[in-house]
Amino acid sequence: MPEIVNAVEMRGIVKRFPGVLANDHVDFDLRQGEVHALLGENGAGKSTLMNVLAGMYKAEEGTIFVDGKRVNFGSPRDAIAAGIGMIHQHFMLVPSQTVTENIILGLSDPRFFLPLDALDKKILALQEQYGLKVDPKAKIWQLSVGEQQRVEILKMLYRGAKVLIMDEPTAVLTPQEVDELFVTLRSMLTRGHSIVFISHKLDEVRAIANRVTVLRHGKVTAAGVTAKGATKAQLAQLMVGREVLFTVKRNPVKAGDVVLSVENVCAENDRGVPALREFGIQVRAGEIVGIAGVAGNGQSELAQVITGLRKCSCGRVVVAGDDIANQDPRSAIRRHVAHVPEDRHHVGSSPGLSLSDNLIMKSYRESPVSRGWVLNRPVIRNQSNHLKNEYDIAAPSVDVQARLLSGGNLQKAILAREMTAGPKLIIAVQPTRGLDVGAIEAVQGVLLREREKGTAILLISEELEEILSLSDRIVGIYEGRNMGELRAEEATLTEIGLMMAGTPRGDAGTR
Amino acid sequence: MAVSENAARGFRFPYAIRTERRLTTPGWLPIATTIGALAVAFVIGGVVIQAAGGHPIAAYEHIVQAAFGSLGVFNDTLVKAIPLILVGLACTLAFRMKLWNIGAEGQFYLGAWGASAVVLLPILPATTPRPIMLATMAVAGFICGAVWGFIPGFLKAKLRVNEIITTLMLNYIATSWVLFWVFGSWSEAGFQMSPQFPKSAWMPRLLDYAKQVKIFSGMTLHAGLLLGLVAVVVVWFIISRSRWGYEIRLIGDNPRAAYYAGVDIIKNTVLVMMVSGGLAGLAGMSEVTGVVHRLQGAISSNYGFTGIIIAWLAKLNPFAVIVVSILFGGLIQAGREIQPSGVPRMLQGIILFCVIASDVLLKYRVRVVRK
Repeated sequence: MPEIVNAVEMRGIVKRFPGVLANDHVDFDLRQGEVHALLGENGAGKSTLMNVLAGMYKAEEGTIFVDGKRVNFGSPRDAIAAGIGMIHQHFMLVPSQTVTENIILGLSDPRFFLPLDALDKKILALQEQYGLKVDPKAKIWQLSVGEQQRVEILKMLYRGAKVLIMDEPTAVLTPQEVDELFVTLRSMLTRGHSIVFISHKLDEVRAIANRVTVLRHGKVTAAGVTAKGATKAQLAQLMVGREVLFTVKRNPVKAGDVVLSVENVCAENDRGVPALREFGIQVRAGEIVGIAGVAGNGQSELAQVITGLRKCSCGRVVVAGDDIANQDPRSAIRRHVAHVPEDRHHVGSSPGLSLSDNLIMKSYRESPVSRGWVLNRPVIRNQSNHLKNEYDIAAPSVDVQARLLSGGNLQKAILAREMTAGPKLIIAVQPTRGLDVGAIEAVQGVLLREREKGTAILLISEELEEILSLSDRIVGIYEGRNMGELRAEEATLTEIGLMMAGTPRGDAGTR
Repeated sequence: MAVSENAARGFRFPYAIRTERRLTTPGWLPIATTIGALAVAFVIGGVVIQAAGGHPIAAYEHIVQAAFGSLGVFNDTLVKAIPLILVGLACTLAFRMKLWNIGAEGQFYLGAWGASAVVLLPILPATTPRPIMLATMAVAGFICGAVWGFIPGFLKAKLRVNEIITTLMLNYIATSWVLFWVFGSWSEAGFQMSPQFPKSAWMPRLLDYAKQVKIFSGMTLHAGLLLGLVAVVVVWFIISRSRWGYEIRLIGDNPRAAYYAGVDIIKNTVLVMMVSGGLAGLAGMSEVTGVVHRLQGAISSNYGFTGIIIAWLAKLNPFAVIVVSILFGGLIQAGREIQPSGVPRMLQGIILFCVIASDVLLKYRVRVVRK
């Protein structure tokens, strides 16, 4: 009987960053033909470990074996030559070039002339093998995020990768795209590939992975346990180091007056295509209304229209009695509309300014943060320190640049800022996307506390679980239209799924 | 790639240079890297001088002598530094908002023209008391510079016209505008210069007080220095302590976040370009009232363009603008004294390169490691 050789073996990997021990003597092995999930909170060292394997970083200590042979990678090129390819969280594609051009980018063959048609055929053949459909002639910018991910996978397959490392591949995908991805991954396994699946989503890990390795603070807390054998709670505890509650506690709150009333709003997206079509919705004080929809069906535009970031071509947006449609963001801010934006790095924060400067973004016009023309530095410092403690924002001081905060801490800072203004209405868009279990708990806790205070909350999220567990009412959105609503108690995943797929609810009252 | 090729040949260079992103930047680091960059720049400059057959040490000694060697030459260096401080501030303010105002030169000319118009049109008679005359000229200079900043600012804000192009082009119009007047109706006997201003339009100078303080005799340092220093404090206060400055910094760092926070980007674009132009205009006013005492074709030795370099070298810090301006004032001064005068200019360029290159050390830690 031949000896079983692991596809990858990593022994005693140590990787330091200034001030941080990212990987502390980590062992990891990947068997031939398995999906091995690497689980851990943000900053636990998952991506670092895999970047070492993919040749992006060089470990200070430790050894790596591929197919039983010791390797020493100096660059990603070395790693791919050994059959190891990594697909990063942020895609590395050229938007203005075609799929084929992106796939052959950086390869030395063909050398000079580009026989694009022949290459297209070659790539189509590859697609057929793995069931990864995407038009080779399409430009990257024309593709959805899910399709772009397929291009990244094709890129690695084209280079002959046997081991595929996927860094949080589902973070940017819709539920349907996740299912498609899983089908692809399974078909790759049957063709002898092995996959490392980095994630902090427990359900997905249990759905796709054969084995799980959990990292916490750079150390392995569970090595190669079978995924089916561990419960969700056990995995979460290994990840976070304490017990995590999965059921959120929602106290009954009597809904009050209508705070937000969106009436027959039409708006276009950035490409000039209609994104909202006579959309209407109402949110009352003390209730959370969840918007369920597949990404790109007008949710982002809805949030932007309400907060004044986007113009609408018809309809009204009434906040506490005033129509603020087609006004500027300030008129929404003045009416105490808090906005937790979808893109926390590019819209919600200013990476080069300090944490305290980020915390005053909405309040800097008002006393006591400023008096007349002048900023009140001592007050800002006190307030920022207070918020940093209250919201448990992990940062060395309030003077550090916001770009140095982790995703979870940045989101806590944004919430802290938005909540201090005493909001009457909160527009929360994907508030927990990409966050780890601990941070998700914190963010959801803040929203529920605000609900109990009598704030009206519009929750836009692609996490159905989140919408189901937080909302009082759930509204379906499809191609910018309201597909009807459900009370959360009586909502089922099937019914929500139908609305998301474009079937209006017959008995819905708001249409 | 290089690594794998070496490996194929069975040889590996045992050391490699590795860069890692810094998570925090200690406070002393920017000062240390700037001083280090200056040292490197002088070494490179020395190599060039040596290669050209000169003596680097002697040349540097000469430059230091010519710029800082005596009270007299230091006086001249400071006089050169005054307009540099003001245009350096003009660029600092605009660059903080990532508005690339390359037009300080033109705004300087317009400021000089506006100040001169007060006495040459004339708006005020020559017998006007000096404080009123100078205050009016300063206001006129500021406004004219601001108008020259308003044009690109407005075009940028409303029509998204690239401000680099417009400010650059407006420079040529500004110099031609001044030439039109000094060749035309303001010309003195057909020369390309205006008549000398009346004494009431002269900035007070140290030599005016030579009777009281003997050491001041012959010293041409004028009150424009005070104007520059006050402007430094005002600009610093605006940028780091005022609400408006917060908006400027926010727009400069992330305009989308600024819009989300309800900041009026259009208004601020116009306003910042106007104040930036106004500061450059003040530099022009200070030059005609403090040094030249008339309007003429050549009033700026590229002060407006040097201001861009100064703002960068000062890392957009208003107080650092003073130090850098004096250093550059010294280099300009030395350029007139030593032969060949190209050496200080070459040094200016090398200094800029080194200081900008040293920026990478603020963001990354560079280490040599064994492979």
